[in-house]
Formats: sequence, C-alpha cells, structure tokens
Amino acid sequence: METIKTPKIDNVGLLERYSSRRNAVGALYLTATHLIYVDHDNKRETWILHSHISSVTKLPLTPQGSPLQVRTKTFLSMTFVIPKERDAHDLFISLSQLCQPTSIEDLYSFRYNMGSEDLPREAGWALFDLQLEFERMGVPNESWTMTSLNKDYEICDTYPRYLYVPATAQTAVLLGSSRFRSRGRLPVLTYLHSTKAALCRCSQPLSGFSARCVEDESLLVCIQKVNPNTAQLVVVDTRPKINAMANRAAGKGYESEANYENTRFHFAGIDNIHVMRSSLTRLLETCELKTPAMAAFLNGVESSGWLRHIKSILDAAVFIAKTLEDGSSVLVHCSDGWDRTAQVCGLSQILLDPYYRTIHGFQALIAKEWLSFGHKFTDRCGHISIDPKEVSPVFTQWLECVWNLIQQFPSVFQFNDRLLLCIHDHVHSCQFGTFVGNCQKDRIDLRLEEKTYSLWGYIANHMNEFLNPLYKPDTNVGFIQPNLAPQTFKFWREMYCRWETGLHPRESLTDLMVASKDHINSLDDHIRLLQKRIKLTEEKFATHPNSNGENNTEESVEDNRLTYKKNLLDEMNMKVQRKIEYDPLMVTSFANKSSDGLSLLSSDYHDKTEDIMALAKLSDELNSVALEWKSVRGVKECPCSTPLDVSTRKSHCWSCGEIYCARCLDKSASLPGHISQKQSPVCRECYRVLIKSASVESPE
Amino acid sequence: MSKTAGFEHRIIIIFLDHVNRVGQRFDAPLASSLPVSCAQASVEFSGELSLLSIYEESLEKPLTQGYQNICKCWKGSYGSAMEFVELIKAPKVDNVVMRRPLFPNVEGTLCITGHHIILSSRKEDTEELWLLHRNVDVVEKKQSTFGGGTVAIKYALSQIEITNLLYPFFYRPMYNILEDGWTAFTTESEFSKLVLKSDDWRISNVNKDFTVCNSYPATVVVPKSVPDEVITTAASFRQGGRFPVLCYRHENGSVLLRSGQPLVGPSGKRCKEDEKLINAVLGPGKRGYIIDTRAQTLAQTAKSRGGGFELEIHYPQWRRIHKPIDRHHNLLDSLARLLEACNDTSCTMDKWLGRLESSNWLSHVRDTLNCACLVAQCLDQENLSVLAHGSDGTDTTLAVTSITQIILNPDCRSIRGFEALIEREWLQGGYPFGSRHFKSGYAYTASSVKNPKKKYAPTFLLFMDCVWQLFFQFPCSFEFTENFLITILQHSYASQFGTFLGDNVWEREQLNLHLNTVSLWSHINRPEIILTFMNPVYEPNSKVIWPSVAPASLSLWSGLFLRWVVDQKPTEETWKAIAEMKEKEKELKKQAIKLRKQLIDMEKALNSKLSTSSPST
Repeated sequence: METIKTPKIDNVGLLERYSSRRNAVGALYLTATHLIYVDHDNKRETWILHSHISSVTKLPLTPQGSPLQVRTKTFLSMTFVIPKERDAHDLFISLSQLCQPTSIEDLYSFRYNMGSEDLPREAGWALFDLQLEFERMGVPNESWTMTSLNKDYEICDTYPRYLYVPATAQTAVLLGSSRFRSRGRLPVLTYLHSTKAALCRCSQPLSGFSARCVEDESLLVCIQKVNPNTAQLVVVDTRPKINAMANRAAGKGYESEANYENTRFHFAGIDNIHVMRSSLTRLLETCELKTPAMAAFLNGVESSGWLRHIKSILDAAVFIAKTLEDGSSVLVHCSDGWDRTAQVCGLSQILLDPYYRTIHGFQALIAKEWLSFGHKFTDRCGHISIDPKEVSPVFTQWLECVWNLIQQFPSVFQFNDRLLLCIHDHVHSCQFGTFVGNCQKDRIDLRLEEKTYSLWGYIANHMNEFLNPLYKPDTNVGFIQPNLAPQTFKFWREMYCRWETGLHPRESLTDLMVASKDHINSLDDHIRLLQKRIKLTEEKFATHPNSNGENNTEESVEDNRLTYKKNLLDEMNMKVQRKIEYDPLMVTSFANKSSDGLSLLSSDYHDKTEDIMALAKLSDELNSVALEWKSVRGVKECPCSTPLDVSTRKSHCWSCGEIYCARCLDKSASLPGHISQKQSPVCRECYRVLIKSASVESPE
Repeated sequence: MSKTAGFEHRIIIIFLDHVNRVGQRFDAPLASSLPVSCAQASVEFSGELSLLSIYEESLEKPLTQGYQNICKCWKGSYGSAMEFVELIKAPKVDNVVMRRPLFPNVEGTLCITGHHIILSSRKEDTEELWLLHRNVDVVEKKQSTFGGGTVAIKYALSQIEITNLLYPFFYRPMYNILEDGWTAFTTESEFSKLVLKSDDWRISNVNKDFTVCNSYPATVVVPKSVPDEVITTAASFRQGGRFPVLCYRHENGSVLLRSGQPLVGPSGKRCKEDEKLINAVLGPGKRGYIIDTRAQTLAQTAKSRGGGFELEIHYPQWRRIHKPIDRHHNLLDSLARLLEACNDTSCTMDKWLGRLESSNWLSHVRDTLNCACLVAQCLDQENLSVLAHGSDGTDTTLAVTSITQIILNPDCRSIRGFEALIEREWLQGGYPFGSRHFKSGYAYTASSVKNPKKKYAPTFLLFMDCVWQLFFQFPCSFEFTENFLITILQHSYASQFGTFLGDNVWEREQLNLHLNTVSLWSHINRPEIILTFMNPVYEPNSKVIWPSVAPASLSLWSGLFLRWVVDQKPTEETWKAIAEMKEKEKELKKQAIKLRKQLIDMEKALNSKLSTSSPST
C-alpha cells in the first residue's frame, strides 16, 4: 500500500507511564490493518487496529528519539520512542491516513475476512428484525398499527421503513406531524409496556417562538387516547431547559404547553454531545496523569463531570420507566432525537422489561433503539474523517449506564460486562458492518449484509464468553429500580483504565466464577454419563448369568444400533460437510438431538464389552473429562508463553483442565465423557488425541 | 404512629451491633441474626416522651458523683446482675418508633438498662434492637413539629469512664469456651519457632513488671547479644520507653523492628545502648532502613520538643526515610467528613465527589499502603532490615508494621494468623484502644471531643480499610471475608467481649480481664462461628502480595461506609452465589471421583465374569 512507507521500525522504546526506569524496547510493524508492537524481552505483543486509533501525536524530541503518542478509542494510550526522526514522521503520516479513511467504502469491514472462524458472512444479519420485535410486544394490535408510509424513506430517511403509530392517526396527521418535526422524525412507538402505556420517540418540534401544527397536536392526542389507563401524556425533553429555549431562536425548540392539552412536560437536563465529548476528554486526562495524588485523581473525576452526566441519563431513564410503570404514556425527544433519546429510551426499557436484560434481548434493543432509529454511529464514532465536532461518546455513556445497573443488580442480567466491552470495541473497530453508516438507509445503500460480517453472528458464536455466571433467570422479573444516590456511581476502571493492567484487582472474581460455572457444567455432564454407564453395567450384571436373557438384549441393542446408523446417515446428508475429518464426534452430537442418547450409548458400549479393549476404552472415555481444573489464580502465562494478565481471558481446556490463552484454545470438540456430546473448548493437544481416538473407534 | 408534638431523637451510632429477632438470646447475635453492622449509622426515634431528657438527666450528674459508690457496690457484689438504677431515671418509654435507612420502621417500647438501649415491639417475629451504650456516639434531639434545631448530648451512659463497669464484665457466654482466646496468642507461642530457628533472638522478660515500658507486654523479642541492662537503658532513650523490638522476621532473614521516637532533643543527645541495640540487629557492615512515619518537618519539630529522629552521625549504618502518614485528630477529622459525605444521599454528584476528595480519607489509606509497601520492599527485595517508628510508636507505626506483614507473610492472611497479628501488633503492641475508640467520627464535631486530653483516633479503622483494599485486590488470598473485618472493627468499638478494653497489656492485667471477661477470640474461634467468616474462594497464596496504590485502584469501602446508604445485598448475594458455586463444584468433583471408581470396579468385575463364563458358553 502506498500509505505505508516504513513497514518495520526496530529499537522502538515504549514509555511506561508510571516508571521511567524500565522502558521496553521492541519492534514496530505497520500492516494494512494493524500497528503491531512486539516486545521480545517481555514476550508481549500489542496489536492496534487502525480503525481503533483516535489520535496520533508527535511529542517533543528526546535524546532517545522522537516520541509518538498513539491513543485509541478503546482508551489505550502508548508512547513509542522512535530512534530516527524520519521514521517517526513517516509513521505519523501513515497512521494519520490509515486511522480515518475518507470514504466509507475504505473501512476495515469491507476487507475483513474471518479467517480462523468458520462463520458464514450472512450469519447474524437476520437475527434481529424490527417487525418481530414489535410482534413480541403485541404490536400491531387494536391501538397501534404499522404504517408503510416510510417504505422508501420518503418522510424520514433516518427512521426505519416500517413505523408503528396509533391506529387512529390519519395519514395526513402523520405527514403533517413529520413536517413539523426536525428532520421529519415524527412521534412513533418504540416500546409498548405491559401496562399498555406506550413509549414514543421523536425529534424536537419546529415551533420557534410561536409556530404550531394542528396535525402534530392531534398525533399527540392520538397517542394519549390509545392508552386506556389515563388521559395524560408525559413529554420528556431530555435537554436542559435552557438549551431547549435557545433552540427556539433557530426555529426549533419545544412544545408550547398551551397548545397541547392533557400533557405534562418534563426537562431531564442531559447535556449535549459537545459537553459529553469534552467531559470524556477530561476524564481521560485524569486517567493519564503521570504521578497522580489521590486528591488530584478524585478532583479530576469530579471536574470532568462524567459521572454527573451518567447520573443525569439514568435519572431520566428511571423517571420514564416509573411513569410507564404507573400507566402513563411517554413521548421522549431531545434535539434530533437520536442521541439522548436513544440513551434514555433504551435504558428505561432495560429497567422495565426482563427480556432486554438477556443477551438476545439486549442485542435486539441495540438493533432497535440505536441502529433502526438512526443513531449516527459513523459520525459519533468518527469512523471516517468528517467534522470532529460530530464525534461524541454517546453510546459509550449508554453502555456505562448499563454497567452501573449490572453493578447494582448482579443477578438479573444474563450477560456480563465483557459483552459491553466487546460491543464497545466493535462499534469503533468497523471490523463488522453492523455499526457502519448513520442509519438503516445508509446500511442498505452500502449493501452491508452482502459485503460485511455481522457482530451479532460473532457474538452468537462466542456466547460462552458473555454469560454472567451470577445470572438467575427466576430473579429477572419486572421493573428494577436502581438506587440513584451519587454514592452508588463508580468510576468504570475496567473501561477507561482497561490497559493499565497493574491497576486492576490482581485476582479476578469474575474469571473465577466463570471457570467455576464451566467446570460445574462439565462435571454435571460427566456425572450423568457415569450414572448411565453404571446403570447399564448393573443391567449387564443382572442379565449376564441368564444366557437367554443376554441374547435378547443383544438383539434389541443391535436393533438400536441399526436405527442409529440410519439416523446418522440422514443427518450426514443434511449437514454441511465441512468438518468431515472428525465427523464421528460431530455426528454423535447431531444424533443425540433426535434420539435420547441412551440407545447410542448402550449400543456403542455393548459392542465393546465383548472385547478385551472395553476397559481401556472406558478409561479413555473417563480421562477425556478433567476432574481437576487448574486454578485461575497465579497463572502468569499460557503454555505458549503468551503472558496472561488481568485483562486477558483465561480459558480452561475442558479435557485436560489446563489454562490457555484465547489463541491456543481455538478448538472445540465433544468429549466422550460427556453425555450431552456438546462441543466443549479443548486445547490443541487434547483435540489431536480426541480426533485420533475417535477415528480409531469408528471403523465405518 | 402518633404524629403529635413528639420529639425525634437521633442516636448516632458507632456500630449498630445487633438487631435481634425476639426469642433469640442476645448471647449469639452474630451467628444467628443478620448483623446490620455499619460504621456510623443513625437510628431515629420518635415518640411521646423525650428520650433525650432521660438520657440527659440520668447521666450527667451521676457520672461525676455517683460512680465511686457504684464502684464499691460493684466490687462488693461481684458477678451479681448490676443495675445502674441511679443512672436511669425512666427505664421505659412506650410508643416509640425507630426509623432506619434501608429497613422498615419498628414500633414498640424502648427500655434502658445498664448496658443497652432495647427497642422491642413485644411481638413474635419482629425485630428487636439491642444497642450497647458504648456504641452511641452522639445523641441529638429535634422537635419534630417545629423542625427545630438539634441538640447534641455531651455525656451519655456510653461515656462511663470506669472501665470495669462496662458490659463485658457482666457478660457471660452461654456456650462452653473450647479454647481461651486470652491465652491463644502469647509472645512465647507466637515467636517460639523464630527463637528456636534463629540464634540471634531471644524472648526477654525485662518488662515483666511493666516498669521499662508500660505499653509493652511482659515479654518481648530482642537480639540475643544484647543483655537486659542495655535494653533498660536504651528504653529510657525512647518515647514511652518503647525500645526497638522485633515484630517480624522475613523468610530471607531481614527483620522488621518498631519503637518509639528517640529522645534526641534539641541538643542532639545520643544513647550508646540504643545504638548498640539496633546495630546488633544488622551485624557488622550491613545496612538498614529507618522508616519514620512523620514528615521531616514534623520530626524536626518533635526534636525541638525533646523527641526527634536518629541522627546520621550516630547511626551510620542506617538510612532514614520519611514517609508521612497523618495522625490523630487529622484522621478523625477526615473520618468525620467522610461520614458526613457518605450519609448525604440527596446531594449532587459533584458535591459528593468533592466531599469525598476533601475528606482526604482515601489519601490517608493510600499513604499508609504506600509506606507499608516501601517497608515491605526494603525487607523483601533489598534484603535489608527496617526499624519503623513515628512519635509514640503506638499508632501509625503499628498500622505500617502490620500491613507490611500482611503483604509479606501469608500466615497473616489466614483467620488465625490475622487474629494473631491484631493480638501481637495492636493489643500487645500497645495501641490504646480504650482511649482511641472512645468516640468516633460523628462525635468529632461536638466540642468536648476536641478535648486534647483524649486522643480519639481511627487509626485502627484506617488499618482495617487498608486490609480491605488488599482483600479487594487479592480476594482469593485471604482466608476470611469482609464481614470478618467488620465484625472485629465493630467489637473494637463496643463489645460484650473484653478483648479491646484498656489501653495496653498492663491495664488489662490490672483489670484482670482474662478472668473477668470473655475474649473475642474465644467467641470467633468456635467452629460454628469461624465457618461463617470463611472465604469461599480462598486458596493459600505463599507469595508476597504487592497491591496497586494508584488512585484508580483504591475504592471507598462501601461495605462499611455505605452500609446504610447503599443496599449491600448485591454484594452479599454475589458472595453467596460464589460460595454456592464453589461448594457445588467441590461436591460434583467428589461425586464424579466416586462414580468413576464404582464404574471401573464394576467393569472389572464384569470383565472377569465374562472371561470366566465365556468359555462355558
């Protein structure tokens, strides 16, 4: 590529933030997609995706060379000291060009190819469908109907195609209202609560100082009327009142109370994207203080105002959720209705509806509230080089609010904070096409479904990593009301100081719980197999002395085996043949779904009891499941000598119980010692052994 | 609840110890009921009668006049149930409502006994409040109908100054003591291994009459090569007679000593014996560190007042480092502000963060950890011995030496080891619990507390906070739970046990505590109690645990400070879930092993049966 002038620079120093003594020295590689720093002495590799880079700064020259500070959107900050000034300058120029392409078609997702993972390109794109989501809420119904007025994005290009509006609202009313709302974003339904109270969203009215719109007023009356509980509608303007008033000068503004009957107005006082952007900048400056005193740090957190903003968003969301729970419908807007509105609407649904606290529901919520309703991801995340004033951490804030809820309600969320971090990173990485573009129309125009992968497909493939070990489905019911006292809000160290591995607790309870949970599942599976085996052996014992009886069982078992083989062939034909080399394992897992699993076991087992090998085979089977798992505590590195620190996920091989890094534990196989024959993560060594023994055992 | 002109009273509590269910003996509150312990919570009472006047009237006069009579009477009738009739004007008030944060109101009758305020609704299955007077930090009165001002009571039953009238003397356990906590951790047993293993140390009885140093125990560990006479002379050169003694010997042989400040004075005096004593620790040619927990300027001021620091010319083998940690009233002031901030939940985010910052509490935590890390580094990485002291050597010095040991010594992270550490460093080390824990943060604003004669200070609380920070960073390396720390802390302020009474070993011997009261350790070390403090994820960690002291790594101990503000259930439930998970994992492992064995045995039997029977078929 012409933008890369020097693909490799040697003897690059890495400035440590806290100690100036022990600076690492390594090599810096620049590829088409990544900036890679390899520190051989400490066996450390840092891969920085170009699209993650938020800024590259040249710092004043030092005797060791020219320092170049690279900051990322995942809050990593590294300062490289490059011996030759020329190299530093070349790198600076290259990175500046690579980190923000000028055209959206140059984004990483259009070139990204899932190498190691066998995930088809189409996987995940169809996972969340707006119409299905509304059907889940029981919409359309007698009060709410779907309109295809926006089918070709005629009335509002940042809204989804299909809009849900009161059944009583006439087309003229809808069209009139959309003309009166900023960017045509008319009031539409986004969530229908079980109380029949509706959550609607829109943008600010073009009211100026005195303008009014009869259609808009009657649309609000319609929304009000379809709610059987109360005649009152609550309009939440998420902006500070002063901002809303200032907008009137530009011909926008807020609804005049005199024109809207039976309507209560509430200003939530959440600041705008520019305030949020500079707040985050100040928070990050605080995190990057070189020798921070306790007071300076706390002072920095306070004066950044970041936690105040987080609280203001949650405050508004709780207000909305309470109003809906009490039976009143709520209409939410801010200025354009795609930043603050998305934040508070999304949160209040999490508070109200247990479904949105599951992994699937949470993704559906993002797909609906953020993607369909046109949060401008490409602008807000700075995917391509556009106006830097459009960039703002709106979505990050929202994730932080969810994180705060997880802290307060650890057992009602099916997912853990790794999911939040993963989504956050990929919103910025553009590795997947999911968050490319500013609205649904953009995404369709870019034909992302054909050209890129979906993050939802990736997450579905890695579900295990995102499960919350503390989740109790039976407690995940109803409306959760968080405590909003300022004392409950914590600084999200795992997000903003994620890469300062020294700052985090040295022993992670989450790792421990995840490992424990997995181990329990594995053991449980194994025990069920053992119990079956023992039962079968007992039966054998009982039947054996009687030679007639033995023959009978033999026959019936033989039968079972035949039917099993037939099933197997059918399944095989249906199945994609991509893993043919170890398909005995794959097929057994398939076969189990149809039969009860027992027939397979008994036949398989019975065969072997006749030969001398039975015992050895049994021990193979038993040894395929590790009873002891290595403790997560004190593990410093993977056997491949990749260092494992607090932030890296440590995974167990379910077969040998050793701990590996994610790169070494990329295989999965079903273990003979598991009754369910589910695919379990195994290390490469165990995988080889398992495949070998599996192919030996099945001569057919 | 009658809302007529009643008074509302706020009793601000150091630790609200137990809310019991009716029908349970007060005896076993910690084990059987939820201990709603918390640093500084408040309970508000409202009722027809003025509780305040009861407290006020009944306490102010007798305290100055009546206690000697009571003393006599008490000594004469030892062991009999002593009622402080003279102190209590109105023992019972009806129709009292108790309001607490996070929990429902309780309505009932309020009784005042010699040691407790009891609120009971006299119904089955309702909660009962038993509050030790010692727990009361401040009582405030406000007239609810007028919303008038607040009156703070200066003296209350909680301030009976004669130690042996306190509740522990009247408390009798309802269980058999299996192991007496009073004798569980003696100097001899604690250091026997060390003295046996190393030729350099001996246990000295030089202080057996507490004449050399009244805040040291009767037996201390000193270098073998230094005779008692030298020690006696050296002691006279140290503040409070606190001559350098051994508190920890690291596995690499480097040792940690502590002492009071040397009485160098403005003229720069020296003491050959003192030099000999501490140089004996190093051996010829070796060097050591002196860690002074005061700022250089503070040490300088102390020098002009007769105290000071070791001068380089007289201690050429030692390098002195000043690592300041704030003390006494500064700490108390800091705690008071922190509590004020914690309890105001209606303030804005900015105000809360601002007050958290200006309270400086976390800075103190950080300073203490920093200093302890420095000491630990000298001992572990530089292989050099350390002498730590401040002025008296009874507060910050002990915090530093004990945290250092937790960082370095895995034994101190077990339940017994931690008890031993508190016993060694704090109780026998002469931390004046009696004086320091007489009052806490809330009472600070009351002018009486500023009385310079009384040195209230939350140094022990600061130490416990540091331990919690370590626990937070290494949750698998400690055998105990957060609750264990809170329980000990709570008992150090107010307790039915005698462990934390008095200022030092000498005072405790005077009071015959080991005969007259029960030790907290006797209670905690009972198997049924100790089990409740076990950390489910504990895996003994033989390594040194180096904590992060970066500001982002330190957090407010919400289990203690925010207990009444923020519902702690999520944390409790998380731990419960972890414990259940670990238990299940263990059980399944056991079951799997058993089943495997069974299966293999059966299989073998079947195989042999098959091989014997197959020829016949």
